[in-house]
Amino acid sequence: MENLISIFLNSVFIGNILLAYFLGMCSFLAISRKMETAIGLGLAVTFVLSITTPVNWLVYHYLLSPGALAWAGFPGIDLSFLKFIIFIAVIAAIVQALEMIIDRYLPPLYMALGVFLPLIAVNCAILGVSLFMVERNYNFIESVVYGASSGFGWMLAIVTMAGIRKKLRYANVPKGLENFGISMIITGLMAMAFMLFSGITL
Amino acid sequence: MKITKTKAFNVFFKPIWESNPVSGQILGICSALAVTVQLKTAVVMSLALTFVLAFSNLLISLMRKFIPRNIRIIVELTVIATLVIFADQVLKAFLYDISKQLSVFVGLIITNCIILGRAETYALGNPPFHSLLDGIGNGLGYSQILITVGVIREFFGAGKLFGFQVIPDAFYAAGYENMGLMVLAPGAFIAIGLIVWLQKTVSKE
Repeated sequence: MENLISIFLNSVFIGNILLAYFLGMCSFLAISRKMETAIGLGLAVTFVLSITTPVNWLVYHYLLSPGALAWAGFPGIDLSFLKFIIFIAVIAAIVQALEMIIDRYLPPLYMALGVFLPLIAVNCAILGVSLFMVERNYNFIESVVYGASSGFGWMLAIVTMAGIRKKLRYANVPKGLENFGISMIITGLMAMAFMLFSGITL
Repeated sequence: MKITKTKAFNVFFKPIWESNPVSGQILGICSALAVTVQLKTAVVMSLALTFVLAFSNLLISLMRKFIPRNIRIIVELTVIATLVIFADQVLKAFLYDISKQLSVFVGLIITNCIILGRAETYALGNPPFHSLLDGIGNGLGYSQILITVGVIREFFGAGKLFGFQVIPDAFYAAGYENMGLMVLAPGAFIAIGLIVWLQKTVSKE
């Protein structure tokens, strides 16, 4: 249990996938202009991450990792080099399926998240979390917690950014630094603030 | 006709400076930041990305008349992912230490928006030779930013370039200190913000 809490704190604050590992920057900069869309995209990313990470864990441990095919009678086979292509296919398929399921059964949620779902398939945060999950050797429960809390950390960062950008409209930014330049510097300052959490240990 | 007026020249050189994919179009910054703590990893990452981008553009352009419109994204992703697996295996075989340092970021080339963006906007509608040049040009534009950020971060953060001490010991003896900020994540964000500022100010004149 303590282990799970520490994974949660670590992936929300200290090792935030956006501010410490730079994942999902493209959509972070493009979508953070409005608060409502930022919240929508944040929720969609959290939702998709909580599903794709455990699914990719199952795929990796029962199909790809060295010796994983022992249940099928091939203990000597190592397919782990295929993980990039399989993970991206799993993610694209899940996103597509989710879009159809939500559209059919939960129309209000579809109205809120629908437009963001296709964007998410190529968001580097989703693939990145799956790859980190393999690299850090999480077990199944840990991968569920890691996926959900990474998504929450990403959402926290994009919502904060949307709030700051709202205030920024009244600021007098030097020419040439507007938009992209100043957003990067603000993100840098946010990353610095988040680093203060790195003193937390459990 | 002057060489600077030919299509091939423009296709190749425009993305390097004027419409640079990173600083001009805000694409593919994820990896531009993560691998730039050291110049060495930045150079290797640039080479890997330029390779993948050039060949994905070439292959997709060769197949552009046979790809059905509805499933083009998945076809493009398959081509890109295959090339990335190839690059990853080569790095693991010949540059094992660096491939360990790059960790997941080689795999993340698949979701780098530059590659899918160029495939969608350029390779699907242009002949193979120009697509190849466009791929190499965009790859070099990305590399230019990556290497600049890498130089800034390694020079100010560790006083080194390519792992060799550049700032003389006399400076340290006189009280000079490395800027710890540059090695950490915030330094990358701020460095790239300043580079974009410089580039926009210069190219306007």
